[in-house]
Amino acid sequence: MNASMKPVSLPSPAPLLSRTGWVAFLVALIVVCAVAPVLNLLVPSDSVFHLSDYGVGLVGRIMCYAICALAMDLIWGFTGILSLGHGLFFALGGYAMGMYLMRQIGLDGNYKSELPDFMVFLDWKTLPWHWTFSDSFVATLFLIIAVPGLVAFVFGYFAFRSRIKGVYFSIITQAMTFAAMLLFFRNETGFGGNNGFTDFKRILNIPVATPSMRMTLFVLTGVTLLAFFLMARWLINSKFGRVLQAVRDAETRVMFSGYNPLGYKLTIWTISAMMCGVAGALYVPQVGIINPSEMSPANSIEIAIWAAVGGRATLIGPILGAFIVSGAKSWLTVAYPEFWLYFLGALFIGVTLFLPDGVVGLVKRLSQSAQKSGDRS
Amino acid sequence: MLKKFLLSALLFIASSAYSITAEEVKGITTGETDNRIAALAKAMLSADDKTAAFLQALSDDAVKVAGDKILVIQGDKVVDAVTGAAVALPDDAEDVINNNRMRGEIDSALAALKLFSKDDTVRAAAVKQLQSDADETKLPLIEKALATEQNASIKDQLGLVRAAALLGSADKAKRLEAAKLLATSGQANTKTMLLARLDTEPDAEVKAALGAALRQVESALAWGDKLGALFSGISLGSILLLVALGLAITYGLMGVINMAHGELMMIGAYATYVVQGLFQKYLPGAFDWYLLAAVPVAFMASALMGALLERSVIRFLYGRPLETLLATWGISLMLMQLVRSIFGAQNVGVENPSWMSGGMQVLGNLSLPYNRLVIIGFAIFVLGSVAWLIGKTRLGLFVRGVTQNRPIAACMGVNTARIDTYAFALGSGIAGLAGCALSQIGNVGPDLGQGYIVDAFMVVVLGGVGQLAGTVYAALGLGILNKFLEGWAGAVLAKIAVLVVIIIFIQKRPQGIFAMKGRSAEA
Repeated sequence: MNASMKPVSLPSPAPLLSRTGWVAFLVALIVVCAVAPVLNLLVPSDSVFHLSDYGVGLVGRIMCYAICALAMDLIWGFTGILSLGHGLFFALGGYAMGMYLMRQIGLDGNYKSELPDFMVFLDWKTLPWHWTFSDSFVATLFLIIAVPGLVAFVFGYFAFRSRIKGVYFSIITQAMTFAAMLLFFRNETGFGGNNGFTDFKRILNIPVATPSMRMTLFVLTGVTLLAFFLMARWLINSKFGRVLQAVRDAETRVMFSGYNPLGYKLTIWTISAMMCGVAGALYVPQVGIINPSEMSPANSIEIAIWAAVGGRATLIGPILGAFIVSGAKSWLTVAYPEFWLYFLGALFIGVTLFLPDGVVGLVKRLSQSAQKSGDRS
Repeated sequence: MLKKFLLSALLFIASSAYSITAEEVKGITTGETDNRIAALAKAMLSADDKTAAFLQALSDDAVKVAGDKILVIQGDKVVDAVTGAAVALPDDAEDVINNNRMRGEIDSALAALKLFSKDDTVRAAAVKQLQSDADETKLPLIEKALATEQNASIKDQLGLVRAAALLGSADKAKRLEAAKLLATSGQANTKTMLLARLDTEPDAEVKAALGAALRQVESALAWGDKLGALFSGISLGSILLLVALGLAITYGLMGVINMAHGELMMIGAYATYVVQGLFQKYLPGAFDWYLLAAVPVAFMASALMGALLERSVIRFLYGRPLETLLATWGISLMLMQLVRSIFGAQNVGVENPSWMSGGMQVLGNLSLPYNRLVIIGFAIFVLGSVAWLIGKTRLGLFVRGVTQNRPIAACMGVNTARIDTYAFALGSGIAGLAGCALSQIGNVGPDLGQGYIVDAFMVVVLGGVGQLAGTVYAALGLGILNKFLEGWAGAVLAKIAVLVVIIIFIQKRPQGIFAMKGRSAEA
């Protein structure tokens, strides 16, 4: 908890987005839904304007990360609760999707069996109970939201009820995702052990590995990201959002004013987890694999760094942060693999020491000082 | 080396003359495996040094068959297995092929013959090997050895081997005697032996005797198992204690969430590795004592790194725990990559000094490894030193003062910034000591710290912030709980169960076992 209190000014009943905001939003929507597909599918591959398949995959993946960063921002930036377990919710959504994709393989697996390959390998004869609804796409859509939501709700209820906060909460969320990772590594759990799920063939009986399917998933991810952005914007501008920010700034005072923070914290925590679940479900068909390493504590902390780099408590910041950090990662891990961790480590340190408000804060500061010097001249 | 020595000794005897009969040699080397084993068993009844030499040659694949002649290769010459006369190696000589079953029979026969060695350790090893595959064919040899055996402990073991051999006897009286003898043994393999026999035993009386023996052995074993679990629990607890003590200072007293704590441990482990390398190179004679030199080096290496971190990064982040957490995570990534760049991504080998290998045999199935005992002792020593340093010294007084009330301590003339650095360096140094201890029982690699960091935070959180006593109880409690759960649920499920227990426990007592008393609305 940040104890330093900034003067609180009553936010004016802000419109969802400003005029320029809406313009930018529409431009983003057009880019995602029209420009990118045209550049990728219609423009010939030798043209300079062609968007490569690798580019589509990369941006699609980063947009999934951006959803996570947005979710992290809601819980950390606006409510002041740092979760180090969001990777778990991401992975749970991914696993729910992965189960469906495994069933869609059908008889085309290596063993030509109804069961997923790893079950044949383990000599299982029937599907375990938690696979019951995995062949239905509708049920899968439900599970993608419900499973992370339920886990988050139960965990959050107990944690917030006993007023675990600050660093304590961060550490037990880390323990939670660590424990889940150990559990999913086991073959008995029925999630493919340390290999996880891979080798997906089709989704809704349409082959996954075609350019048009890749583009569909890309557009879907982009639209989801933009929709979540609007939703987050609406949440934060509502009274609910203002209470959250009050909880962040002075939780005790909120309690003394007659609010019970439990419901507020629990709601935003569960929403945030569900968003991560959706991101995971969109991520898995795009990368074609899900395994327990997605739950490792390092992945969850990386989500926090996206939000921190971009700028906490600004909704656009975390999205930018995800693009900056993940973009740098995919470039550096190829170009200078041995320097990537130095860079990431330095980023962690540099951002916390010198950029408490992230890139967005930096830009704001620069533009303000530019304005000031402009006024003076 | 011992084996080579034996072999050459045996060959020396063997080269003088062969008295093993031609029929035996032929039976053992040629024909169907079943017949060969039968021939081997027959030859064992009248076995002597020559038989041993021949079997050793057979086991070493130094026997060839040429027509009806069996030849043994000794270095660069070839002798006839029966007469011992040197002969030329015919072109059509074929290797004798031993399948795994035959090989096992030959090895156990050799072990039986080694019972007559002059060397105590060779005899003890032979007895140990025979324990698992004693049968009636070796009984005459075992009894002969038992009659001449002088060493009391080997004699006891040999008695058990004899009982095991008797167990397979066709004679009912002998089997009853075996059951009685075996009941006094407290060894795990006796149990499997009895269980196996119990399945096939036709006679009711013997069956009852076997059952009684089994119960007696099981109760002896149960004690060993429980004590064993308790010991490994305490051992794990002592490791957790070492790992968490440093955190108890940096987090418990100073409130700094140091995610790089594991990497400071890793630095301590690598410092131990470097000291080991220096001793190997410059002081090979004193190699056994390198660990004593490694302890202060590991402490200093980690403490200096800790001081550097505190001065350069952490001091700017006091009072902002979440930011500290992220920044120290970044530090841990950089330290890991740094170690990878210097020492490579592979694990490095750190050897136990000779006085730490081996163990103390307490019960039949309970042996306490010396390295674990040393680490338990070391943990107690470190704990004592820290308690003394915090409780009795001027530095400790300042640290406690700054922890309790920073402005007042500053008013009293305490240089709080310097105390922060010292305290952080102390916590880091203790992490280095933990790393030095861990290097003796596990792999030393860049990821060494990652495996312990979650556990360490659990211990500190469970024990309560700002409390050394809480840390001790939490470390031992978690260690023992973990090992007992491991007994019936397996390692991974035990770990998950412990994490769940901690999460539930924190629900009930958010401030840990020993909460700081005070009035505060803020947790």
